[in-house]
Amino acid sequence: MGLSAFSKYLPIQEGQPWEMKTPADIISTVEFNHTGELLATGDKGGRVVIFQREPESKNAPHSQGEYDVYSTFQSHEPEFDYLKSLEIEEKINKIKWLPQQNAAHSLLSTNDKTIKLWKITERDKRPEGYNLKDEEGKLKDLSTVTSLQVPVLKPMDLMVEVSPRRIFANGHTYHINSISVNSDCETYMSADDLRINLWHLAITDRSFNIVDIKPANMEDLTEVITASEFHPHHCNLFVYSSSKGSLRLCDMRAAALCDKHSKLFEEPEDPSNRSFFSEIISSVSDVKFSHSGRYMLTRDYLTVKVWDLNMEARPIETYQVHDYLRSKLCSLYENDCIFDKFECAWNGSDSVIMTGAYNNFFRMFDRNTKRDVTLEASRESSKPRAVLKPRRVCVGGKRRRDDISVDSLDFTKKILHTAWHPAENIIAIAATNNLYIFQDKVNSEMH
Amino acid sequence: MLSKGLKRKREEEEEKESLAVDALWLDPGHAAVAQAPPAVASSSLFDLSVLKLHHSLQQSEPDLRHLVLVVNTLRRIQASMAPAAALPPVPSPPVESSMADNLLASSDAALSASMASLLEDLSHIEGLSQAPQPLADEGPPGRSIGGAAPSLGALDLLGPATGCLLDDGLEGLFEDIDTSMYDNELWAPASEGLKPGPEDGPGKEEAPELDEAELDYLMDVLVGTQALERPPGPGR
Repeated sequence: MGLSAFSKYLPIQEGQPWEMKTPADIISTVEFNHTGELLATGDKGGRVVIFQREPESKNAPHSQGEYDVYSTFQSHEPEFDYLKSLEIEEKINKIKWLPQQNAAHSLLSTNDKTIKLWKITERDKRPEGYNLKDEEGKLKDLSTVTSLQVPVLKPMDLMVEVSPRRIFANGHTYHINSISVNSDCETYMSADDLRINLWHLAITDRSFNIVDIKPANMEDLTEVITASEFHPHHCNLFVYSSSKGSLRLCDMRAAALCDKHSKLFEEPEDPSNRSFFSEIISSVSDVKFSHSGRYMLTRDYLTVKVWDLNMEARPIETYQVHDYLRSKLCSLYENDCIFDKFECAWNGSDSVIMTGAYNNFFRMFDRNTKRDVTLEASRESSKPRAVLKPRRVCVGGKRRRDDISVDSLDFTKKILHTAWHPAENIIAIAATNNLYIFQDKVNSEMH
Repeated sequence: MLSKGLKRKREEEEEKESLAVDALWLDPGHAAVAQAPPAVASSSLFDLSVLKLHHSLQQSEPDLRHLVLVVNTLRRIQASMAPAAALPPVPSPPVESSMADNLLASSDAALSASMASLLEDLSHIEGLSQAPQPLADEGPPGRSIGGAAPSLGALDLLGPATGCLLDDGLEGLFEDIDTSMYDNELWAPASEGLKPGPEDGPGKEEAPELDEAELDYLMDVLVGTQALERPPGPGR
């Protein structure tokens, strides 16, 4: 897939963005399932909304493969921790799908403290023709029953039922920032600022602590865990990132407590770019293994980096997301924007990477051609069958007509959460309380 | 107060030069020291960071990442403001340096003390609400301790300052919380209330004294339990 095709022919197949009705419903996480058929979003109010892709039909070519709401449920409620006199936010931090093993779908959703396993089942048939009960379920007058019939299953309107199957509570003292399902499909891990726990999906009353970076004296605390993920193929390997910009690859077979990393990935600080904010901007906000398992993608404040698992000294590729912000770090520190945590994503073939930015912009980088594009998720550009136009931020000097100047960027419009369909060129972008789904209709196959 | 654009152009340009110009600030012979814009720039950055830290600590449950990053940034700023022996352009007289030191030290020590007391409270409460964790005798990644300690070394020998607004305010906040029931021997450091010497690293000293043999036993038990409990991977 060439990025030129993406920017020229990117019709939006979602007419209007799915807008949450109440202002509190800021989308806090977006995740496709393993086939891409389902897309889950979590929001600040603790709700999960699942979208399902409609099968393509010749009858309605315009709505080919559109995503419609499949199910909505309240995953987490606000809680009060009486011991510490603290309110626990119901905001969904992360959703991860389990690989589908039967007709039902399952996902894990988590807030700051508690992880829940939800099972989603469909009911599209119901039995009719009971002997003792009538259509409304009332008992029949037995004198009217003259013959016996066998109840048959008749189709009914699809009903999607969601039920909480497991609640994994009391595993974390600090705020959970990530969860990751193991390739063994039996365990998963959850990470907070200082610890990572390993859970068995069927066991809720205990977990194993596999990483603990809490210092003996909290005064000595200088680094926290920011994200973690299991390797997609090796069930014993996982990676976690830190606020100092390092990645640690750990092997669970080496030791019970994986405080000693197997590999430490760290790029030495660039002396020419050194500032008071060097550490803050090096803090890794997201880490994702490539689908192949050979690479890792990290996002820090100004860049996305691709790391080769076999090279610890430095990333093999670095892409500038918004380098024009480098001279604005002081203002961004003042308004706390410098602490924003952006996510990153691979496409299915690991050839393109994507991440969000400010002003509702998001960026894509083609690793093969080294070309990049800036696109905008906005109501104006999301009319049906509209094509996304590449955007440009100008930093002084020549300014083209549609360029945005750095000083007019809206820092309240940040795209923190993005997701890429596992097989096709379909992306989901969360812009505050709006969800945008974009599709490349011309090149729907991934290269 | 979200800025759409650049608020203080002048300050930012000067901030870049502040590392070099700070040397001027410390030279008592420099006439315009008090009004020098670079000094204002880096001291306002310092003030901003202190404000952020204060705000963060006032949250009922501070965002640890934000807290740690602000504290580390504050340390960097202090390190650049404090006179270093290796700073060539300015032969600062020791008297002046120690005064600047005192000023910075009191704020820093108070901050450290406040942050420490808050984080200790967190860990005490945690000891009650959670099953005992395997003792991490490795502690945090080694280099983070090594990196943080030296820059504080000279500054925290003065101990917590008295009469510092920050210190008093936070003490007041925690006065009515009785933490005695949360005190868990597992987490209470012997050196609580004292500033640890950076070179000694008393926190690390305590752990080995808990018997290598006992730790080994603990680890064996855990590994043994885990070996029983951990489900087999897919043939790897």
